[in-house]
Order: sequence, then structure tokens, then C-alpha cells
Amino acid sequence: MNITLTVNGQTLTRDVAPYLLLADFLRDELRLTGTHVGCDTTQCGCCIIHLNEKAVKSCTMLAVQADGAQLTTIEGLARADGTLHPVQEAFRDHHGLQCGFCTPGMVMMGADIVRRLPGADEETIRHQLEGNICRCTGYQGIVEAIMDASSQAKAS
Amino acid sequence: MGQYGIGQPVRRKEDVRLLTGKGRYTDDIHFDGQLWAAFFRSPHAHAKINAIHSQAALSVPGVRHVFTGDDLRQGGMKPIVADINFTDRAGNKMFKPLRHILPSDRACYVGEPLVMVLGDSPEAARAGAEVIDIDFETLPNVTSTAKAASPHAYVIHPEHGSNVAVHWENSASDEVDALIAAAPHKVKIHLVNNRLIVAPMEPRCAVATYDETQDLITLYSPTQGVRPAQVSFAGLLGIDKKKLRVISLDVGGGFGIRSKRYPETAAVAWAAKQIKRPVKWRGDRSETFVSDHHGRDQVNDAIMGLDQNGRVIALRVETIVNVGAYSGDNGPRLPIDGGGRIIPCGYDIEKFYFSVKPVYTNTVPTDTYRGAGRPEANFIMERLMDAAAQECGLTRDEIRRRNLIPLSKMPYRTQMNFVYDSGDFIGTMDKTLELADWNGFAVRRKESEKRGKLRGIGLASFVEQAGGRPTEEMRVKIDANGRATVFAGTFSHGQGHETVYAQMVNDYLGIDFDEIDFVQGDTDTTPPGGVGTFGSRSSMMGGVAIRRSCGQIIVKGKKIAAHLLQADPDTVIYENGLFRVGVSSITIQEVARAASDPAKLPEGLKPGLDESNLFEREPDMNNFPNGCHICEVEVDPDLGTIQIVKYTALDDCGVVLNPLIVHGQVYGGVAQGIGQALTEDAVYDEESGQLLTGSFMDYGMPRAHHLSMIEAHFTDDQPCKTNDLGVKGAGEAGACGAPPAFVSAVCDALSPYGIQHIDMPLTPERVWSAIAQAKAHQAA
Repeated sequence: MNITLTVNGQTLTRDVAPYLLLADFLRDELRLTGTHVGCDTTQCGCCIIHLNEKAVKSCTMLAVQADGAQLTTIEGLARADGTLHPVQEAFRDHHGLQCGFCTPGMVMMGADIVRRLPGADEETIRHQLEGNICRCTGYQGIVEAIMDASSQAKAS
Repeated sequence: MGQYGIGQPVRRKEDVRLLTGKGRYTDDIHFDGQLWAAFFRSPHAHAKINAIHSQAALSVPGVRHVFTGDDLRQGGMKPIVADINFTDRAGNKMFKPLRHILPSDRACYVGEPLVMVLGDSPEAARAGAEVIDIDFETLPNVTSTAKAASPHAYVIHPEHGSNVAVHWENSASDEVDALIAAAPHKVKIHLVNNRLIVAPMEPRCAVATYDETQDLITLYSPTQGVRPAQVSFAGLLGIDKKKLRVISLDVGGGFGIRSKRYPETAAVAWAAKQIKRPVKWRGDRSETFVSDHHGRDQVNDAIMGLDQNGRVIALRVETIVNVGAYSGDNGPRLPIDGGGRIIPCGYDIEKFYFSVKPVYTNTVPTDTYRGAGRPEANFIMERLMDAAAQECGLTRDEIRRRNLIPLSKMPYRTQMNFVYDSGDFIGTMDKTLELADWNGFAVRRKESEKRGKLRGIGLASFVEQAGGRPTEEMRVKIDANGRATVFAGTFSHGQGHETVYAQMVNDYLGIDFDEIDFVQGDTDTTPPGGVGTFGSRSSMMGGVAIRRSCGQIIVKGKKIAAHLLQADPDTVIYENGLFRVGVSSITIQEVARAASDPAKLPEGLKPGLDESNLFEREPDMNNFPNGCHICEVEVDPDLGTIQIVKYTALDDCGVVLNPLIVHGQVYGGVAQGIGQALTEDAVYDEESGQLLTGSFMDYGMPRAHHLSMIEAHFTDDQPCKTNDLGVKGAGEAGACGAPPAFVSAVCDALSPYGIQHIDMPLTPERVWSAIAQAKAHQAA
């Protein structure tokens, strides 16, 4: 099936099998391997991208469902000149990553939280992260990073 | 020391790459012409294999090959023989069943890989694996740890006559039994240390290519050190290790399970050479649940005798550990060596008897998982101390104060002949009590009560041992432009070595933080004596080797500087990147440039500024991270739910190389400890032997909302006395401190009901049931 979609600002058309998951389309077809697959039951959140400005688990969508959509993956979050998104910068400051595998999904979810909930408190952010699993950090650096970016968003 | 030196909270070099999707994990690489592998796995816990039919699989479009274990063995594949040998007190050796890769005669656990299918696409390979047809004859199975040890149990490896691999004891028990019998106070506990799925976020993946002209297999897979993996897999394939290159790219977490001899990984490497095409296997999360080693799974029975003053007289611990269907390289080792060398942890107890029975069951083999025997050992001691406090009418901190090894006894030689070089266990506990406002707890408890919650506070003191294997090799090279490269034998998989080692080189050699590169994870470039990262060893093993390599560079640099300055090498002083004689000086960059020009070198000195150090640690040079963790919880008595509301940790990691990173290790370790104590449990159905918790749907990984902020502090007055850097490991302490601190807190919250212990994980159902039972008992 032919799909046309915009990924990180680039519009493209591809012929894909109807059963192909969006995550596999991004990783295997477009070679955008920043989006990760960490589970097979939609629990872990490593695959989170932005689809039409909403955080979505790309492992739980078919590529054909993204026809006509605007996608941003982790590769497209920073600006073209390399300036990091405030959430990415905050993760650096607060040691919000160790092995980096859950990080793309955490950052995309974090950016979504910051957009929807500027000035969110710790408890809110912890609950907003229910769909993201991290095994390395104990979530502390991640929560601190998102709190920081969220409070910056409120201030601006 | 500049802002990038040792001890500074330097932001990580690794981060920008990983934050922008430029990480490279094994599944991110593809090779043209690669075939995809899928495995048919045993649906039975225990079954004879009478025949394997591959016809249907071979007829699936896109399927290219089907390989059974017999094909692998005919092609040279060796069985896995566990590298452990324990004996009982009579000298009888431990029984180790041979583990064949893709066995053809018998499947011994649900998920055991039996047949490999190769296809043009992952879908084709999987479709082929789905129609593999095996004539099974199911056999009885046993998965329960306690039941497997019983003399009446079904024996899963009949050639041995028992599921017990060996009955290991540290000594005879008569003396200890007599002392306990005569003791004025006795406490007795029974513990289950629950089986865990380790679940690093990157599912296991293996990619292999074969170069026919060089007869060289290149294997890409996440490990925790490529050199031992090279030796292991070359051994299994029956080839010279020079014919196997192992590469680990970015690795998404390890926690102890990465570098093991996994059948799938061996089969993929074998297949690439067999068919002379690249082969890739990408594991599903559900697959890794039944193929990556599991963690923990012990049953402990312990009795402690104390005198009138609450001083321990003697201790008896009996442990059964569930090895799984086959022994990995560590399963039985964990309670015997890992736990055994550390029990009785930080307590001044001379008389103890320790018995371990590793048992075989029809489950996934267990092996090292964060702490590897030490969390289990500390959990036993801490639950005993809480019970002893109750029995002797002392507070939980006072019983520990009376029994922890006092500072005055340091260095302290343990019964297992290890020497604790440093550590102020009582001082650390007292400081933590202050930091956690232990004395102010009653007020907080009343406040929680007003909101209908039961509040509890728990305390855990722990000692663990870091260091792992006693050798490591690191190499530091400065090129002609003054740019440094660290070639690491260790292997960072989240620990930030690229950053910390650069801090060290910056500190020792004065080279700019941004002018220091980092190479790891490739047997072509990893130092030959490289080992890897596990057992919280890299700060000591990698750190000391780097420091000594830098020291060697300085020695050589002085000779070159002396030659350039026409001075006596003995008069050269080195400091912060400058070689100085009197008022003249030369930078290390200038020395490095000169080092590449033989004309500029003194007679007999080889060109280059490139030094390796193979550090061999002396037997007494272990390090013993230790600490005290205090946890506060609120329990909802109607629902059995628990919320952590405060967590304070004081850890003695010796010298802290980068506070950001070491904090992160504590947070991560605590989270895994809380996971074990609160939400995680790998459960097998006793009748069918099926793994009931087969995915993240059913297996309770801790989420952000299960944890509170952890206030982590570090001691600064207990540097390790046995290594050049004064470091102690930091990675596994949290996994030792969190479970007992948490359980102690919950039992404290439930003390109105007289509840003394609940087995982990403390799910709402278990807590609610314990309360209901206690209420019924109190009413009666």
C-alpha cells in the first residue's frame, strides 16, 4: 500500500506491507534508528514519537495508519542548527540517561508533557510517565529534567 | 584540578549522541544480503524430543534454511559446560548437566530454543519457526525452588539422582548449633528471595557476518566485555579465538546478564559461517523473558542466637538457590561465593554455619543480576536484625549499633578471609538516622494517620563486595597532535566511562576534556587483557589501570622532555601537562609531537606516547562498598497499596569520581531493589511449568510513580585503602540496601497488626491479606 507522510519535515511516499508496524517502518525502511523497540506489549514507551503533535507509541500503530500524517522522531527534535530541545538539554543537565535505550521515548514523552502541562509538579510528571519504563536511572534524573523543562516552559 | 577533573559533576560526553537518536545499538545495523533468524522454542517445561520435522517450515515462502542442534553439532558446535566446581565437605563434586545448544533429545524449560529458521525477512523466519513440528513426549516437571530440594521431588536430570547439585557447607555445624541452642535469645526466619526478570531495556540481538578469505566471523551483540565473550563463543564454536571478532556497539543496559554463553547468539555466529551470509536475530521482549538469564530465586532459613545484651553469639543460614535447568557460569556461585564471602555482612559475628543447596528445576537458568548474591545475603542479615530487635526488646538501630563491626576493629579480617580495609558502619548508620530525621518520625506518622494512612520507617545497613575478576587492561595513547585516546578493557553500558575516564586523563595528563577520545567494545582494538564491566569493578580496575598507564606516559614523557631540554631525566618535574626543568618547560603536546619523530628521541626509546597497563589486583585488594538506607512508606490499610514517601541513602563508595554519575548508580540500584521488593516477581505455574509472567503486561516493572526522590549522600572520609584511587564500587549498593529498608518500613507501618514479615514483592494483595489475617487472629 502506498503511504505519503512527512517525517521530520521531509515529505515522502513509500509502498509498505499492510501489517508493517510504524516503528519498524521508521527503523527498517527509513533507517531512522533513533526510535527504539523495547517490548512487544506496548508497555515500555521506547518507541514514542510525535504524530500530528501528539505523543504516540509507534509500535502500536501500523505504518499505513500514518498516511497523511506529520511525524517527528527523536532525530527531528533538535533544531537543524543542532540546538537541543529544552527537554534534551535538561536531560543532559540532570543526568536523565545512562544506557540511552529508553531515552528517545522518554524525551519525546517529556516534550509532550512540557507542551501540555507547563509548570507540572513532581507527582504529575511521575504519573504522566506511566507508559515509559527505564531500568537504569530510577527515573530520578528523568523526572528532574522534565520538571525543569516544564517550569521553564511555564516561565516563558 | 580543573572543572573537568576527578570529583567534578561533569556532564556526560555520551549524552548528545544518545539524546538525538544517534546511538548505535546492535539492532540498528543491517547488512546487505543478511538472513533473519527465528527460533522455535519449547512450549513444554520438560519433554522428550522424539522427532523434529522441518518440511513445513522449508516450504514457507522466504525461508532459506532450517538448522537443528544436530546440524550445529555436526558443524562443530560444543556443549556449554559451566565453569564452576564446588564440592561438598566429603569431597563430592558438584553435578553439572551438559547443556547442548538447541538440544535434540530433551527440552528442559519453557522457551528453550530448539530449532533455528533462517529467512529473507523477519516475518518469513518467524512464519517458518511457527510451523516447525516436533514430536514431544511430555515429562513431569518441577519449578518450585523449595520443592525441588525435597528428597521426594521429581528429579529432572535422572543421571544425578537428585535435583541438588551439591550440598555446600562452610564448615560442620555442631559448634554453631550448640551455641544457638544455649543462647538466651533466638530468632528464626524463613525468607523467599523472589525470582526476577532482569529486563534491560534493549532486547538481546545478535548479528554475525563471515569473511571467507580471512575465515573470520564477526559477531555483533550486546555484552559487558568483548574479550571474555570472544573466548566463550570461540570455545563453543570450536574455533581459534583469532577467528572470531566480537563487537559490542551501544548497549542498552546490562545488570549482569549480557556476557553469557547464550545459545541463540552462538547459533547465529555459527550460521553466518555455515551459509557464508550475514545472519541477524532480533529478540522479542517476550523471547528475552525466556532466554536471558533470570535473577535471584533463593529460599533462606536462618537462625541467630544472641546473648542477654543483644550481641549475636552464632548464626546459621541455610540457602536453597534455584539454578534453573542448567548451571550457568554463576548460578550456584552467587550464594556460595557472592553471598557467602560477604555473610555476615557488616556484623561482627565469628561463629556461623552456612549451607547452600543449588537445585535444578525446569526453569530458565539463573545467573548474576545486580549484586549477584550480595543483595540476598544482606537481606538475610537485615531481616534477622529486625527480628532480633523485636526479640531482645531493642530498637532496630540499637541492635545494629551493638553488632556492626566498629571502626576500632578496622581493618577487619572476616571468617571467609577477606579484609574490610575501611568503613565506619556505625558512624554511617548514625549519620543516616540524622539525615533521615529518624527521631522526628513519630510526628510524621501522626500526620499520615490523619489521612488514613499507616506510615512506617525502615532501616538497612549493608556491606557488599566489588571488584569481580582480578585483572584489567587499559591503554592510553597520545597522538602527534596531542590528542588522547583511551582504549578500555572495561565496557560501559550506561555507566558513563567515556566521561569519567576522560576526567581522569584530564586530571593526570592535563589534556583538554574535549581532546580525549574513547574506544571500547571491539576485540580488534580492546586491550588483550581486557575483561569488562560487572561487579562494580570499573572504577577500581579500569581506574587504576588508567592511572598507571598515565603514570607510564609521564615516565616516558620525562625522558623525552629531558632529551629535548638537554637535561638529566631525574631533574624533570611533571605537573598538570607540563614537563619542567628549572625555568624551562615543555607541554605534553610538544612531547607527544616529538615522540612521533625518531630524530627527536633519546637513544633506545621507541617512538610514540602509547602505554598500556595490565593491572593485576592482589587477593587482598577487594573493596567493600557499604552504607545505610532509610525508607519511609505510607500504606493504605484498606487497599494494601504502598507509597514510598521518603528515601535517604548514605553510601560509602570511597572516593567519588563524578557525583552526577555515582548518584545515578545509586538511584538506579535503589529502583531495582524497590522493584524486587514492591512490584516484580517471575512466576512459574507449578503444574504446567509455564512462565506466567511472560511479558511486561504481567511482570511488574517499577514505574516512575512507584518511587520518590532519593536523597543520596556519600561519605567523604572512608577512602578505600587498597587501591591507588581510593574508590569503591557504586553500582550495586542500591540493590543491597533498598529491599531490606523497604520491607522493614512496611512491617513498621503494619506493626499495629503484629506483622513481622511479608515476602517480596509486597503487592497490594499480599499486604491486604496479611492485614486481614492479622485482624482475624487478633479477633480470635
